[in-house]
Amino acid sequence: MGEHLLTSKLKGERLELAAGGSWTAPNANELESLVDSVAGDALKVKTVSIDMAGVREFDTFGAWLLERLTRQWTGSGRETVVVGLPEHDLGLLEEMQTVNRAPPAPPSRDNPIVAALVSVGRAGAGFGRDLILFADMLGAVGVAAARVLVRPHEFRFTSMVHQLDRVAWQAVPIILLITFLIGGIIAQQGIFHFRKFGAEMYAVDLVGILILREIGVLIVAIMVAGRSGSSYTAELGSMKMREEIDALRTMGFDPIEVLVLPRILVLVIALPILTFLGCMAALYGGGLVAWLYGGMSPDIYISRLMEAISLTHFQVGMIKAPFMGLVIGIVACAEGLQVKGSAESLGLKTTASVVKSIFLVIVLDGLFAIFFASIGM
Amino acid sequence: MAENAAIKVRDLVVGFGDQTVLDHLSLDVREAEILGVVGASGSGKSVLLRTIIGLLPKRHGTIEVLGVNLDHANEQERRALERRWGVLFQQGALFSSLTVRQNVQFPMRENLKLSQRLLDEMALAKLEMVGLTPQDADKFPSELSGGMTKRVALARALALDPEIVFLDEPTSGLDPISAGDFDELIRTLQQTLEITVFMVTHDLESLYTACDRVAVLADGKVVAEGPIPTMLESEHPWVKNYFQGKRGGMLAERQLNA
Repeated sequence: MGEHLLTSKLKGERLELAAGGSWTAPNANELESLVDSVAGDALKVKTVSIDMAGVREFDTFGAWLLERLTRQWTGSGRETVVVGLPEHDLGLLEEMQTVNRAPPAPPSRDNPIVAALVSVGRAGAGFGRDLILFADMLGAVGVAAARVLVRPHEFRFTSMVHQLDRVAWQAVPIILLITFLIGGIIAQQGIFHFRKFGAEMYAVDLVGILILREIGVLIVAIMVAGRSGSSYTAELGSMKMREEIDALRTMGFDPIEVLVLPRILVLVIALPILTFLGCMAALYGGGLVAWLYGGMSPDIYISRLMEAISLTHFQVGMIKAPFMGLVIGIVACAEGLQVKGSAESLGLKTTASVVKSIFLVIVLDGLFAIFFASIGM
Repeated sequence: MAENAAIKVRDLVVGFGDQTVLDHLSLDVREAEILGVVGASGSGKSVLLRTIIGLLPKRHGTIEVLGVNLDHANEQERRALERRWGVLFQQGALFSSLTVRQNVQFPMRENLKLSQRLLDEMALAKLEMVGLTPQDADKFPSELSGGMTKRVALARALALDPEIVFLDEPTSGLDPISAGDFDELIRTLQQTLEITVFMVTHDLESLYTACDRVAVLADGKVVAEGPIPTMLESEHPWVKNYFQGKRGGMLAERQLNA
């Protein structure tokens, strides 16, 4: 800066300040340090005069800093006069004299150990609350389903078909592709490692059992949670933000029946279908790799596969699928209805929806594994 | 036309697809005045505002803001110019994940180097200037009423002490009393801060209480321009209907009697 924004001169008992240049936002930082440094100069004197005649530009930033200075000095009993301020800037200074009168709230500083304990406690309570929330949603969906069973004509059939198109039909290509690749990878790894023992044929057992029992349904459930679960949460969340759900409620519709039930039903229907398609694609991919990489002809692969797997393996995988769909749907819709007003909360809930549904899908898979083992399937 | 124009629009053409919204429109906004832009719904008031601030592309014509021709300005000049104006959007457009205080501080924090203390003080000062209390500063936008949202949005538009403020329907969605208060607030702030205000509005009351001059948009052009008395004398059918119709007539009478 070529110009002096603020210069101070001590004349006996009197401090004379002369301001100049632009007292505006771009200079606010420099001005603040100048104002702070002259604030101490007045310790020895009784009266201060500030000459503003040299100021070319003056805005709220400059006005507030001037006001802050004079307020500080008047507060400590010094006589402070501001002279030379142009007529049209006086209004601004007067406006500034009324602001920031309330003492600022003291910043609350917590003990870090307490804060850490608090956040652990909150997370624990949040986990419990989530479980209650999901149980609540499951109950609400159950009630809505029962109501629809009694009065079937109230069911949103069109909405369901539309969702089925989005969730099941449009998901087919990507699901087929991913499971095809996974099947191929499992076959390749199996052949590669079993070859050391001369047991390449057992790679087919590995592919068949693993895919039909576990991997097929898990991959599909995770894909659907990421693909459709997240979109359910975002849809319901933004409807919540724009008060559409409140509007439905005031018109006498139950949002659970209108919005949530068709979506969850669609997932319960779509997941077994997608799982079946996914398993077939994975077995196909495995066979292709066994042929091209392991040198196993398709005939041998198929006959070996027929020996290795039984209907039970297939049933174990397929029985799990609708339950996984139910879990994904419950979590996605429950999280969607938890969205508050802000865009950030929508993002947070969508993330939470995907993370929680994938977690629960895997936990559920573990529980099913224990269950099937104990009934001997 | 006036010498000291803050905004000069010449021969502006804006359209979407094969529909022309603004058709060779010319308009001046003088320095330190409040210009109210009115027109029927869909007459292109908001389009004009959004074109001036550069949110919509134009097909033809020139726009000059504070002496800078927007076509000839490079990126840097444009950014510098954008700091000299503030915009109040119709719905407030507050950042929903920031508190009121952070919303007001956002332009300051991005464009100026200020200490945290000065940032806090300035944010509170701006909030108090628009009639809010320090208690409101830590609320989130979703916790605000419609009137408060508009006030916070105005405080944010004023954050950098702009020379021009664009207001898109500042009083829409407010009850008549809040709308009146808001008009008065705009008037007071315009006088203390000596800013130019470009206000798109539907509200007849605002035109009478807040605006220095009024421009009426119809058929993609400015069909009438001037202070209220000029409007009352206008022979254009829409202008006549608007200012002397059922609602306008009452205000016109009050104006004459006052």
